[in-house]
Amino acid sequence: MIQESLVADKYLPLREKIRNKNKKDVSFLEVEFMANQIRRYIIDMVHTANSGHPGGALGLADIFAMLYFKILNIDSKNAFDKQRDRLFLSNGHVCAVRYAAMALAGFFPEEELYTFRKLGSRLQGHPSTYMMPELENSSGSLGQGLSAASGCAIGLKTQNIKSRVIVGISDGECQEGMTWEAAMAAGHYKLSNLTAFVDYNKIQIDGFTDSVMTLGDLKQKFESFGWFTLETNGHDLNEIEKAFQRTADISTKPEIILFNTVLGKGVSFMENNPAWHGSPPNKEERDRAMKELDDEAEKIAAKL
Amino acid sequence: MLIKDPLDENIQKKATRDGFGDALEEITDSKVVVLEADLSGSTKTNKFKKKYPERFFNFGVAEQNMLGHAAGLAISGLKPIAASFAMFVSGRAWEVIRNSISYPRLNVKLAGSHAGITLGEDGASHQIIEDIAIMRCIPEMTVIVPADYWQAYNAVFAALEHEGPVYIRLGRPAIDMIYDKKDSFEIGKSKIIQEGEKIAFFATGIMVSECWKAARILEKEKNIRPWVVDFSTIKPIDKEMILNIANKIEKIYTFEEHNTLGGFGSAVSEVICENNPIKVKRIGINDKFGQSGTIKDLLDHYNLSASKIVNTIELNA
Repeated sequence: MIQESLVADKYLPLREKIRNKNKKDVSFLEVEFMANQIRRYIIDMVHTANSGHPGGALGLADIFAMLYFKILNIDSKNAFDKQRDRLFLSNGHVCAVRYAAMALAGFFPEEELYTFRKLGSRLQGHPSTYMMPELENSSGSLGQGLSAASGCAIGLKTQNIKSRVIVGISDGECQEGMTWEAAMAAGHYKLSNLTAFVDYNKIQIDGFTDSVMTLGDLKQKFESFGWFTLETNGHDLNEIEKAFQRTADISTKPEIILFNTVLGKGVSFMENNPAWHGSPPNKEERDRAMKELDDEAEKIAAKL
Repeated sequence: MLIKDPLDENIQKKATRDGFGDALEEITDSKVVVLEADLSGSTKTNKFKKKYPERFFNFGVAEQNMLGHAAGLAISGLKPIAASFAMFVSGRAWEVIRNSISYPRLNVKLAGSHAGITLGEDGASHQIIEDIAIMRCIPEMTVIVPADYWQAYNAVFAALEHEGPVYIRLGRPAIDMIYDKKDSFEIGKSKIIQEGEKIAFFATGIMVSECWKAARILEKEKNIRPWVVDFSTIKPIDKEMILNIANKIEKIYTFEEHNTLGGFGSAVSEVICENNPIKVKRIGINDKFGQSGTIKDLLDHYNLSASKIVNTIELNA
């Protein structure tokens, strides 16, 4: 496994250059490169652990690259600054994307990504703040993260802290009743400092959401609970930035972004296939996926 | 330690939920926020609501969501106290407590009111007799069952001093105020109410006063003098007290208005079995659902009133 590790590969200098940049100076092309590097690590982490959830994680790589390299007011060297933005994750099973983004952003060494899901690791199979407080919330049991994020938003408001709470949720977990209890409460308390985003890939572990349990019109549902809503492409970096900027400007209600995403994005044979929600790639699949992602990395790096 | 005589007809009575509500009002820490799920008049959080409206949050009839918010408020650096009926706090929202509060070791205090059969007329749907069991088996959780108004009052401050999740079990009815305000309450420490011989009554919650009454009657009428000990903390259980007394006697009786499976009696039995196996008789609700009735009738029906305890001891003696 050591020889195959991506840590000391030829892209290391480029990753280091981007991670040390000031967020406002990072270009979209550099974010695109980091999203690609996140995807490579996701594949390796899930393959090495021989378990985990590659599909949703790959689909969220562009959003998490934007969050960690452009959007969030957070600093790996001052991770618990009171004024920081709080990123919550409700669909905890996709945590490989967050771990990879955090390592690339300098929160911990990239080597540690290879401990994912192993005994004694801080990188638990589902996020644990006891193991890693930088994660802001523990999750894994679906449908609870929106309540926690909303609670944090109330808490920050009460303490007059002007930070933003951003929370990632999944479309599948909108089947949990508690998600709607939280939607009701955040609307009731007009939590304008709360922005949720949905990984709207229309896939859950048992298949397509429409065949498992129809979700209805998510946009209308959130609107009826008093939320500002918008729907956009979750792989277009420009659109992702605009969505987080637009929602930051709303000052009277909580906001939700429905990011249309493709499960497994970036690995052709995983894309839009429910089978990759929760199965690890074997050696041959890992190599095939890595080849595709390396070709992509090559193309982007050539432009940088 | 001042302990009032529960056989004194003039003994004052107040509910443990009132001790909780009155304590809330007197909390000076501005980091404390109180969360409610539409039962503020019953849980007595309405007193805090009136005094500190800006730090009181009602979540409507949605207990899971209330506790998810408690987790988030704790993450933001505040000290949330969330209250509802014990049935809904501990029962309906159990998995939220387990995963969103206790697993991350968040500093959230949970108050479950109207616990046990002494909720009375509302009947079994609301009479939780399982909460001690399901709360004490969650790692990191502290479980407190106050025996009277002042213990409940003091337990609120002790819980706030303690870093980490705490569950406080509260009752609806006015019960004997056996302690004074200044009687200290310490998490994990039981209290000897009387020393005795041969047998011991270990009790928790409302059963402390009933046991104490029963013990007085037994001594007067039957020349039996049991030890009486109040275990107001179920977890961590006061192992030292259990073993010290077990060394001196032949048999322990445990008393709780809770299922005999998994509750206080089980916690005592676990300590006894592993260390000094003497007989333990668990007295509580014997794996049955409750029913509607007055508190007095229910205590009699389930053999938990002082007079019924006296009968039970005679039969077992």
